[in-house]
Amino acid sequence: MKADLGLYEYLPWNARPSIKWPNGAKVAFWVAPNIEYYEIDPPVNPLRTPWGKPTPDVVPYSERDHGNRVGHWRMMDVMDRYNLRGSISLSVALLDHHPEIIEACKERNWEFFSHGIYNTRYSYAMTEVQEQAIITDSIDNVQKHTGQRIAGYLAPALTHTERTMDLLAKNGILYTCDLFIDDQPFPVNVKEGRFISIPYSLEMNDIIVYNGSMVPPRRYADMLKANFDRLRADGAKNGTVMCIPLHAYAVGQGHRLAAFEDALKYITGHDDVWVATGREIAEYYYEHYYDEYVQAIKDFKKKHPARI
Amino acid sequence: MARPPIEQKEVSGATIPDSYLEYEHRSFGMDHDRYDWSLLTRRKPVKWPNGARVALWVNVAFEFFPLDTPAKPFKALGGMVTSYPDLRHFSLRDYGNRVGVFRVMDALDAAGISKVTGAFNSNVARRYPYLVDQVNGRGWEIMANGVDMAKLHYTGLDADQEKAQVKESLSTLREMSGQPVKGWLSPGRSESWDTPDYIAAEGVEYFCDWINDDMPYPFRTKSGEIVAMPHQHWIDDSMVWLHYKHKEQDFVDQVVDQFDLMYDESGREGGRIMAITIHPWMSGQPHRIKYLEEALNYIGKHADVWNATGYEIMQEWKKQQ
Repeated sequence: MKADLGLYEYLPWNARPSIKWPNGAKVAFWVAPNIEYYEIDPPVNPLRTPWGKPTPDVVPYSERDHGNRVGHWRMMDVMDRYNLRGSISLSVALLDHHPEIIEACKERNWEFFSHGIYNTRYSYAMTEVQEQAIITDSIDNVQKHTGQRIAGYLAPALTHTERTMDLLAKNGILYTCDLFIDDQPFPVNVKEGRFISIPYSLEMNDIIVYNGSMVPPRRYADMLKANFDRLRADGAKNGTVMCIPLHAYAVGQGHRLAAFEDALKYITGHDDVWVATGREIAEYYYEHYYDEYVQAIKDFKKKHPARI
Repeated sequence: MARPPIEQKEVSGATIPDSYLEYEHRSFGMDHDRYDWSLLTRRKPVKWPNGARVALWVNVAFEFFPLDTPAKPFKALGGMVTSYPDLRHFSLRDYGNRVGVFRVMDALDAAGISKVTGAFNSNVARRYPYLVDQVNGRGWEIMANGVDMAKLHYTGLDADQEKAQVKESLSTLREMSGQPVKGWLSPGRSESWDTPDYIAAEGVEYFCDWINDDMPYPFRTKSGEIVAMPHQHWIDDSMVWLHYKHKEQDFVDQVVDQFDLMYDESGREGGRIMAITIHPWMSGQPHRIKYLEEALNYIGKHADVWNATGYEIMQEWKKQQ
């Protein structure tokens, strides 16, 4: 094990180039629904136990199934009302299990990226060949079912190996959602090619807010608005990214929908917001800022060398 | 609730077999055979009696938490916390059966809600036959909630023991109440792989453990199909106030938002169910009862609500399938 995988360089907020989003927007705003399949009786993994109780662990399993049977359709309906296209963090096996959801997202031109095969299959301790197999499976099956080449990756259940980022870059993936280092896109160090992190958010992630921090729905709406307000204010100087990561099984519950809608209405009610998908943000950054940032990182390092 | 625990384990030397990348159930539908994959929005709309938009199903929990509840394999929400004898949690739970439930009954009366389902541990009926009489006198339905909150159903429990728990619960409640008792809720909503088979074999027609739908749906057992009913889980009073530790008013807000959405959806997609779960040891406390009252009164104000028991809602739904 290592103290740090060296995936990124230090470039503090007040010493970096300024990002301008299209049409002078201060914030790039993207919504990332996780559309997941959790298996009722997954194989044993030496490093993580999928369910807290002996299987069938009825409550959390059926909680997640609610997202696909019920919650997804409510969440999508609210997003339609505010013209928001989702960037889907997809359990790739869901292409097979629940094609109706995939069709509905395709009709809306939502972006698909990979979140592993199932959210009950973890990457820890995999060999390179095994981890490559998951990436290949993701690229091939999303392409086959949706016609899209995946641009992004969020590791299944946020489980990684030391070489995850290298493999993603090698496979032509454009961005990772797994690093929570910044409010802007950022170059990621990989063995070959270019690769970036774009801001996803654990702090604004519905399942973490609801089931981890145990926040009531109307306060979640307040948190989302506060997050937006500050990113928009800071974005006047240097464009920021706001992401709302979602799970239909959390946000799509009846008692939580109104609060979600309230937040979306507020955010999209501003005209200096660039509503985008993960791929659109990543591509814009590669085209306009990647090189400038790489140079800024080099310059900063020279001026402020680390002493380790 | 119950996010899978994430433990920090030693990665060095761990290996993953290639079979871990084989996916036996990767195909259309669910990864088990208990029920079919089905989208709520694409089902035939249900019509409740008298054109009601929302069926109101109120559940009141009659629970006994034994002092000697084992910590393993896990404890139901509300279970004992301290070393034995945990008199403080034991007595706080039993408060509901002595005092709290009567405040809850008053609140239901005041809101004009007369059709209620009481989910009974059979050991509550044995300890307090008076409560069975009270509930019968009000015309409430009795649903079985296992033997008590320490007698869980889970994979690993001896099959004969589990069957005996099912029988003990149902036969006691049927005998003491004189009701047919056709509904089932497992203590802590926990099941073994076989629980649905065991309860169906004993004449249960609907059960409430699964939280994957907002409407009833058919569930396969070895004794034929039974109905899975959408018993309230997330905004159950003990979830809101004990598990989530939300403030008093947050309970009201969440019930109101849930009801408004159900009401709204019913205008487009057919009848919906508003389920409310009340634990008298929680809602029946003097400082909380007014929030329950406020939530119930909000719903009670709406004319196009059909207040019914779980069995009645299940029957009406079944007729239309």
